[in-house]
Amino acid sequence: MASSSALSHLRICDFTGQLAGAGATKFLAAMGAQVIRIEDPVRQGRWDILRGMPPYIDERRGVDLSGAFNNHNVEKLGVTINLRTEAGRDLVRRLIAISDVVSENFAAGVLARMGFPYEEMTRIRPDIIYVSNSGFGAEGPYRRFKTWGPIVQAVSGLTFSSGLPGLGPAGWGYSYMDHHGGNVMAIAILAALLHRSRTGEGQWVDMSCTDAGAWLDGPAMLDFTVNGRSLRREGMPNSNRSQSPPMAPHGIYPAAGDDRWVAVACRDDADWTALAKVVGEPWAAGDRFATLEGRLAGEDALDEALGAWTRRYDRDEVAARLRGAGVPASIVATPEDRIEHDPGTSAWGLWPTVHHTEIGDVRVDGIPLHLSETDWHIEQGAPCLGEHNDLVFGEILGLSPDEIDELRSEGAI
Amino acid sequence: MSTTERDGASPGDLLPGALEGVRVVELASEFGAFAGKLLADLGADVVLVEPPGGHPTRRFAPFADDVEDPERSLYFWHYNTSKRAVVVDLDTPAGARDLRRLVAEADVVVEAEAPGRLAHLGLDHADLRADHPELVWVAITPFGRDNPRAGEPATDLTVLAGGGPVWSCGYDDHTLPPVRGGGNQGLHTACLWATMGALTALLAREVTGRGQLVDVSMHAAANVTTEAATYEWLVAGQTVQRQTARHAAVSPTMNTDALCADGRQVNTGVPPRSADEFRGVVEWLDEIGDRSAFPDVALLEIGVERGGVQIHEIFADAEAMAVFGAGREAIQFIAERVSAYDFFVGAQSRGLPCGIIYAPDEVLSDPHFVARGFPVTVHHGGIGRDVTHPGAPFAMPRSPWRIRRPAPRVGEHQDEIFGPAPPDPR
Repeated sequence: MASSSALSHLRICDFTGQLAGAGATKFLAAMGAQVIRIEDPVRQGRWDILRGMPPYIDERRGVDLSGAFNNHNVEKLGVTINLRTEAGRDLVRRLIAISDVVSENFAAGVLARMGFPYEEMTRIRPDIIYVSNSGFGAEGPYRRFKTWGPIVQAVSGLTFSSGLPGLGPAGWGYSYMDHHGGNVMAIAILAALLHRSRTGEGQWVDMSCTDAGAWLDGPAMLDFTVNGRSLRREGMPNSNRSQSPPMAPHGIYPAAGDDRWVAVACRDDADWTALAKVVGEPWAAGDRFATLEGRLAGEDALDEALGAWTRRYDRDEVAARLRGAGVPASIVATPEDRIEHDPGTSAWGLWPTVHHTEIGDVRVDGIPLHLSETDWHIEQGAPCLGEHNDLVFGEILGLSPDEIDELRSEGAI
Repeated sequence: MSTTERDGASPGDLLPGALEGVRVVELASEFGAFAGKLLADLGADVVLVEPPGGHPTRRFAPFADDVEDPERSLYFWHYNTSKRAVVVDLDTPAGARDLRRLVAEADVVVEAEAPGRLAHLGLDHADLRADHPELVWVAITPFGRDNPRAGEPATDLTVLAGGGPVWSCGYDDHTLPPVRGGGNQGLHTACLWATMGALTALLAREVTGRGQLVDVSMHAAANVTTEAATYEWLVAGQTVQRQTARHAAVSPTMNTDALCADGRQVNTGVPPRSADEFRGVVEWLDEIGDRSAFPDVALLEIGVERGGVQIHEIFADAEAMAVFGAGREAIQFIAERVSAYDFFVGAQSRGLPCGIIYAPDEVLSDPHFVARGFPVTVHHGGIGRDVTHPGAPFAMPRSPWRIRRPAPRVGEHQDEIFGPAPPDPR
């Protein structure tokens, strides 16, 4: 199977890492862009903390064996360049000269200090698109502050808005903002490319990941700016319920077994009537909960009664019976449930197997959209450290094997 | 903000957005509205097509001044900035003709109709792309258009429950239910991918001259947005377990939140490990005047003298373990004595990554967001006042992100788009 042709006319000079940056260029690579990921040979690429981190497929350890790093860097070319050396900086200049985009998610100002401020990039290639993604952006009072996903989530309001009343924030059990930040970064790159197509202009897009997170609860924000009502108030947040729009029942209910749960949402009275019929008990059939108003007024009692019913049954049975009646319902899926036993993901081809030079064959996250003409393609695992030095410096930059050996011996690559 | 000045470009308000010239027809929906907003705020001309009376999301709370009215839904206002709006009844022949007229002029269609509905009306992508091969058609559905689960009813809650995020979120106490994060994140995630797909298809079209179908699955989007939960399983066959306000993990990890003197919370990040960090913590104790009240200052000073502690030492070396533990205690000790904001800035200015836990509305008055121009004011003519909205996710000086107009009123741009005469005499 050939690689995607969607973005095969584009080349990315890529300094990103972790997930907030690497996730952006993974998408571009899956869509066919030539992504050349540059890593530091001196630190063995460990600026990206995922290099060498678990999980591992077997007992082997090392910078080339991380399943996490592999997941976020499929379909990319990997080179090592030592930016402390003039020869290394010259290689980067040559790569920028033939690239459409320079992407990075270092702390603000780091790439400039390594010799590549935006102005320098434009001297090399006037229409270069430079997209930087740092915790608080390149400008502003917090530009020197350090972040990772949970900190971005805390400051942007996302941690607070996930939780049950009286229990404090539950937050996010993963770096949601690394995924989301990577996606916003990809949008910035793609939009800047379309702007360049129309005008011939490149530009520096300065992304603050925290700003991109603060964008994610607009209705709550407007409730404050228009009505003066903060989400920090008695009984809130209560994010398993639905306030906008109000729905009831709407929650996560216990099912039979240990730590087994089922999510149920009644969007309207029709859903409620259907649910009440499936439940078939007097509390559900009566007038008390027949209207949304009644269900909201007695929501605690409603949740308790519904939970007492769901608890008696297997989670799959509850979800299937409710869905069969047209009511949105789902098990709270474990990783095994959704990866191994879900036709929704397997039919999508969501877990492609890649071949990684050292790890071997392993499955990774696929892409949740399909393009009918130029679909994504994920088959090649993440690059080992410097795996494509000969290919990139030789075939793409046109250096001779002797010149590459020279760079190697002087510690430039 | 100063990025435009730095770049030497003109003030942002005068410049067109990055997607200037891109024409989008969006069939109003709950699931796809955010994708339309993303495109519109980036400069595309997005025409929102609503059924007679307006789309049901106009009836979603909260409302301006708590007055329930289809023109006052703050939910609708947020998700429909920068768009123009027309009313088209797709269930009538005249409405179908109107949609065809709109689509004939469009580069992109965004829709989140139930699978099969548009085909039934003869208005699916295959029908409308036949005469218009350069059209990009973005369909957002819970499971994808042709998926075996395509017919299942779904909401943000059920998508996040079935797609993985909920399993990883909640509290240490597993008798409490796991938690769906607030704010419609299942919709947002799918809409970001939809936008990435739309822009990718537009770039591909520059080469091929042809548009295509972009089929987005909300369920798949949630599934690939769970970080380690997925790859721990894929790579090592291990299952993460939820923990209070921190990453779900295969093995339990230490808590990372602290309650500050003002009753607000912070994410404390990783405890001090380097010599500089231990030095900073000692200085910080001095600064708040409580050095003598903290029992283990001596251990912190050992941390400075020994040049910090390495991760592998913490579990192997008694002194390192004690020093590391003292650093953790000191962080909690300081947190209990200062406000959350002072803790956040105090920690960060000493090189310790830390975050204040803001409610979403509280970010609007934070100095960082103010300095970057994040809160933006939009004049809502309908209620005659200025409303502050969340602003740009990035500074894009030559083609700025911008809210070009408030969310439209029902049919506000009918005449402008279809001409002054009624679209059809009926």
